[in-house]
Amino acid sequence: MLDVANIKVKYGQIEALHDVSISVPEGKIVTLIGANGAGKTTLLRSLSGLLPLSNGKVELHGEDITREKPHRRVARGLAHVPEGRMVFANLSIAENLEMGAFLRKDKDGISKDLAYVYELFPRLEERKRQQAGTLSGGEQQMLAIGRALMSAPQCLMLDEPSLGIAPILTRIIFDKIVEINQERKLTILLVEQNVNLALEISSFGYVIETGNILFEGSSQDLRNDPRVREAYMGG
Amino acid sequence: MAWFSRHSRLALGMGLLVAGLLQMFSGYLDPYYMRILQISAINVALAVSLNLVNGYTGQFSLGHAGFMAVGSYTAAGLTKLLPEAVPFFAELQPASQQIWFLIATLLGGCAAAVCGFVVGIPSLRLRGDYLAIVTLGFGEIIRVILQSNDTLGGARGLNGIPRLTTPFACVALAVISIYICGTLVQSTYGLGFLATRDDEIAAESVGVNTTRCKVNAFVVGAFLAGLAGSLNAHLLTTINPSHFGFLKSVEIVVLVILGGMGSTYGVVIAAVVMTVGLEQLRALNDWRMVIYSLMIILFMLVRPQGVMGTLGVDKARAKTKRKPV
Repeated sequence: MLDVANIKVKYGQIEALHDVSISVPEGKIVTLIGANGAGKTTLLRSLSGLLPLSNGKVELHGEDITREKPHRRVARGLAHVPEGRMVFANLSIAENLEMGAFLRKDKDGISKDLAYVYELFPRLEERKRQQAGTLSGGEQQMLAIGRALMSAPQCLMLDEPSLGIAPILTRIIFDKIVEINQERKLTILLVEQNVNLALEISSFGYVIETGNILFEGSSQDLRNDPRVREAYMGG
Repeated sequence: MAWFSRHSRLALGMGLLVAGLLQMFSGYLDPYYMRILQISAINVALAVSLNLVNGYTGQFSLGHAGFMAVGSYTAAGLTKLLPEAVPFFAELQPASQQIWFLIATLLGGCAAAVCGFVVGIPSLRLRGDYLAIVTLGFGEIIRVILQSNDTLGGARGLNGIPRLTTPFACVALAVISIYICGTLVQSTYGLGFLATRDDEIAAESVGVNTTRCKVNAFVVGAFLAGLAGSLNAHLLTTINPSHFGFLKSVEIVVLVILGGMGSTYGVVIAAVVMTVGLEQLRALNDWRMVIYSLMIILFMLVRPQGVMGTLGVDKARAKTKRKPV
């Protein structure tokens, strides 16, 4: 579904991603784990077109989208839930979700998806007139995921959904991610620091460090890999 | 307010009707008050159009007077300088003169819109204070060009511009500006403007072309400012480059901030109250500007969120009252 080959990303003179290749097969949850500053967010932002690549290729459904603008990628079915939630704080929840469907014209499909998002996260419906900035961290994360679903994506990229959220809410959100993956057959690329949880729900994983992919393998193998356990799971 | 939002077309029609009625009875009304009314309406158009850029899209522009200048000079050139050169335009009947004035005003707006496009481009790369400085620079460039151009009167400016502005034209412009900016931000497309202001990365990630939003805001804002500039020139009958300096831009920014960034109605109220208030203070002579400034400071201390509070109060969608930010 999403294939990334040999990408390099530079911030000015500094190369943040050296030569990264990953592949996300259709219908699977693939996770990318790594410490702070490893290049996880940089990778996602370059995949959604927010950062320019200096080398490499990005393919969605076998089509080259390397040079596509961000809004074109959304239209092609690649949705990005940015790090730190980034909801539109001054808009209401309903408006945030409406923004998610910004590029869509099919009214029926939009209202169907809206119903789905409200069913998935009932709390959002309870508070739909409320300003998004007044929500708790976990609720904002739900909103950000819901907003991304409103663009009717085929591939969803999540950037650290557990960041700064109470453990109990993290659990709920991860359950929902699995639910979305199974019910909607949505392909998911999950970037996480919470290695335990990420490897638990995913089928394949990549470990990234200082701009390079260190290891890759099935999530099962990675969980048992002593190097991964040592570095990221506290031994 | 919500009523206006839901029946925007009807409100537009009513506004234009009021403008027409004012025109019909303008002969019976006190000319001094009619003049204040026209200046207020022009200021409303300026403030509302700047609010689209500064308030809704979150791009801080300090160059609104520059757009106004471009509109003023373009239109005045067509109604004053062109007839001096081409006799055909000097012999127009009053009715056809009004039509020519309308065309000149629209061309003034278009010229300003082109400038808005050019200034909008740096806004793609710059934000906040940096963008403010670029727009400030733009305004000054326009002023200096006008000052050094002898055909356009240089520092003396243009005098004896025909008084073609009518109360109808001013009020209609104000009503149309409110309609355009008010309905724009209620549309889903307009939500893209608000999203761009709230969070650019998130806006991009849901598929908003933030580049286009920003440039569009500048173009529409500049167009309306150009129209307002033309009406202003044909009301005062004299313009010169010093009218369009940095201070004029700041005056308009003050209206937007007093009104509450991002609230069209608040900005309208601020524009009218400030224009009328400044006239009422004339009796104070030298103390006028001191009192004026003090009033602004006090108001900001008491109500920093502006007349209507920030944001969204005027959106029909929001059934519940939003908290000011």
